[in-house]
Amino acid sequence: MTENQINTTKILDKDGFETMYLNMGPQHPSTHGVLRLGLVLDGEVIVKAEPDIGYLHRGMEKLAEKRTYQANIAMSDRYDYVCSMNNNFAVALAIEKHLGVEAPIRAQYIRILMAELNRVVNHMLFFGFFAMDLGATTALVFGFREREQVIELFESVSGARLTYNYFRVGGVARDLPSDFVEKTKVFIRFMRAKLKDYDNLVTDNVIFRDRTEGVGKFSKEDCVGYSLSGPIIRASGIKYDIRKDDTYSVYNEFDFNVPALENGDCFDRYLLRMLELRESLKIIEQVLEKLEPGEIIAKVPKVIKPPVGEAYVRTESPKGELSVYLVSDGSANPYRFHLRAPSFINLQILQKVLVGVKVADVIAILGSIDITLGEIDR
Amino acid sequence: MSSNYGLEKVWLWGVSLIERLISWLGLPYIFAYTIEKIIFGVALLVFIAVSVLYLIWLERKVSAHMQSRMGPMHVGGWRGWAQTIADMVKLLFKEDIIPSKADKWVHRIAPIVVFVPSLMAFLVIPFEKNLIVQDLNIGILLIFAFSSIAVLAIIMGGWSSNNKYTLLGGIRSAAQMVSYEIPLVLSILSIVMVVGSLKLNDMVAAQSGDGKFWFVFTQPLAFILYLVAGTAEVNRVPFDIPEAESEIVSGYNTEYSGLKYGFYMLSEFTNMLIISMVAATVFLGGWSAPAWLSFLPGVVVLLIKTYFIVFILMWFRWTFPRLRVDRLMDFGWKILIPLAFLNIFIIGLRMVVFKW
Repeated sequence: MTENQINTTKILDKDGFETMYLNMGPQHPSTHGVLRLGLVLDGEVIVKAEPDIGYLHRGMEKLAEKRTYQANIAMSDRYDYVCSMNNNFAVALAIEKHLGVEAPIRAQYIRILMAELNRVVNHMLFFGFFAMDLGATTALVFGFREREQVIELFESVSGARLTYNYFRVGGVARDLPSDFVEKTKVFIRFMRAKLKDYDNLVTDNVIFRDRTEGVGKFSKEDCVGYSLSGPIIRASGIKYDIRKDDTYSVYNEFDFNVPALENGDCFDRYLLRMLELRESLKIIEQVLEKLEPGEIIAKVPKVIKPPVGEAYVRTESPKGELSVYLVSDGSANPYRFHLRAPSFINLQILQKVLVGVKVADVIAILGSIDITLGEIDR
Repeated sequence: MSSNYGLEKVWLWGVSLIERLISWLGLPYIFAYTIEKIIFGVALLVFIAVSVLYLIWLERKVSAHMQSRMGPMHVGGWRGWAQTIADMVKLLFKEDIIPSKADKWVHRIAPIVVFVPSLMAFLVIPFEKNLIVQDLNIGILLIFAFSSIAVLAIIMGGWSSNNKYTLLGGIRSAAQMVSYEIPLVLSILSIVMVVGSLKLNDMVAAQSGDGKFWFVFTQPLAFILYLVAGTAEVNRVPFDIPEAESEIVSGYNTEYSGLKYGFYMLSEFTNMLIISMVAATVFLGGWSAPAWLSFLPGVVVLLIKTYFIVFILMWFRWTFPRLRVDRLMDFGWKILIPLAFLNIFIIGLRMVVFKW
């Protein structure tokens, strides 16, 4: 146990008994990577919780300053490795905004297609991991099985299965393979059928409901106060989605709902993602109908040297608001490259909501926030 | 009563052979008795070891097929049947690590304390009418008495490892197993009331034959209570709180490695076998079968019933999430125990009023 940062002096519980300090992580089956939680326990009840991050720090924002703009898209795959396409999207948009370039319409559609497919992947993994955290092992395998289908689609367009590096400044790297549309339609049918299974296996499960309903409630005030974003706030009743409210790319052409729920407990956060997944499938279907042959990349200079200045782009990644802040000094490398990582900011509420819950609920709440350590530590 | 005697004939023939041999040698009967019990005991140990190895393999296959996977496929040729043997050999050769701050003696003894009682419970289970180590008149009580010792071992393991996760696991298991023992015994109590005996053979006799039904049909509530409490007693999902992997890493056995860990794992599956076998004996008619199935040896009948229950337990495990500690205690004390008392009351009323 390292003594730095976390105050290890004995905290007494209300009856004057000594409490126990439990070091949860960085090596722990369900802290989603290398998050460390310093928990002060009174029996099974949490008296104090302190998340400790930084075990996966790779200095990516600093590294970005030594890379060209195009290379930064490749590196953005590694921020949140679960949804690389969405990271690509944000970075590409930021650079384009800086340059004043607009991607051709086909590229825009393809980008949205990829971003939404990746949202499906993310929510599928969330489904699996969340159920796994609560002890339902089978759901994990189901989540991964469905993810595999999308990964194969991604592989067919980008050649990679995890770090796709598919987006380019001004468009996308390659055109879609000829059978991509057909395969995606098959996937959507498959996915819709499977969603019913999930409801039977997990959503309507009595024990699952018992574990999640009323657990880890985030109030509206807390959501705003902690500057949370994404599915978490929508589950707490704040209907705010950047795709709708501060639309980017061509999201305004599509007809989709932003689901919102009221309670803000673990179950609502779970359910909201399942609803969002259905909306994503709807968007994907619309994109597939609108796709027409055309250019996939705009004319962009080989060496990108944006004018001196700054650009800020907000996107809705599956985990929340993913924004890129870019400062250029006129050279080929960005002067400053800042990422507003949704996982990092969403994690901050943990300290507040964990007080008074049981050890088992810590896992449930942490799982329901849906974090990726790659994005938190960068 | 149907005549499901297969292995029993062989056994009784062997027994008479030994007895004749001993009397020919002019030795007292106690020698014959000892030799018989030793042979039976060794045979039983082999049976348990093989069943448990098979159960672990089965668990992996069942889970795999429920999750649209294949499970172990390579070791041994046919469907990876030798996977568990390979795993056990690997555990055998692993370094045995005892944490430096552990309470060394308790840490060493705990795996034995957990494994031996789970074997002892097999003493009173009738595989066939006379195929039983010792048909004690306190049969079912003995099984529960031995299975409660396992709690002690788990606390010993959890406490002595000097690790906070194992401690949490140990405390959780103490709370859980002590409180679930009550509905477990109470659910059997209604059967004991009807049968009027604690002997397992009497219970089988009360369910087989004309005009008699299995207790699962006459006392379904008792069966459900037994199954739920039994699942909790053997620490399986949805009651696997003491070893909740995603919460407290591996619970009480986190600090164990090598064969000691293997003992914990084996005893877990042995306990599952016991719980299923008792369920098969007490509720599903044990080794007796309907007349049209009388060609099957009693052992086979018992094993079919046992594995049916085992499959149900596995099914639970791969379908349900895990309960939370406080909800688990609530469930045990506020739902299961009142229901068990209600069940006893109903059965008692039925016995008094309807003489049934």
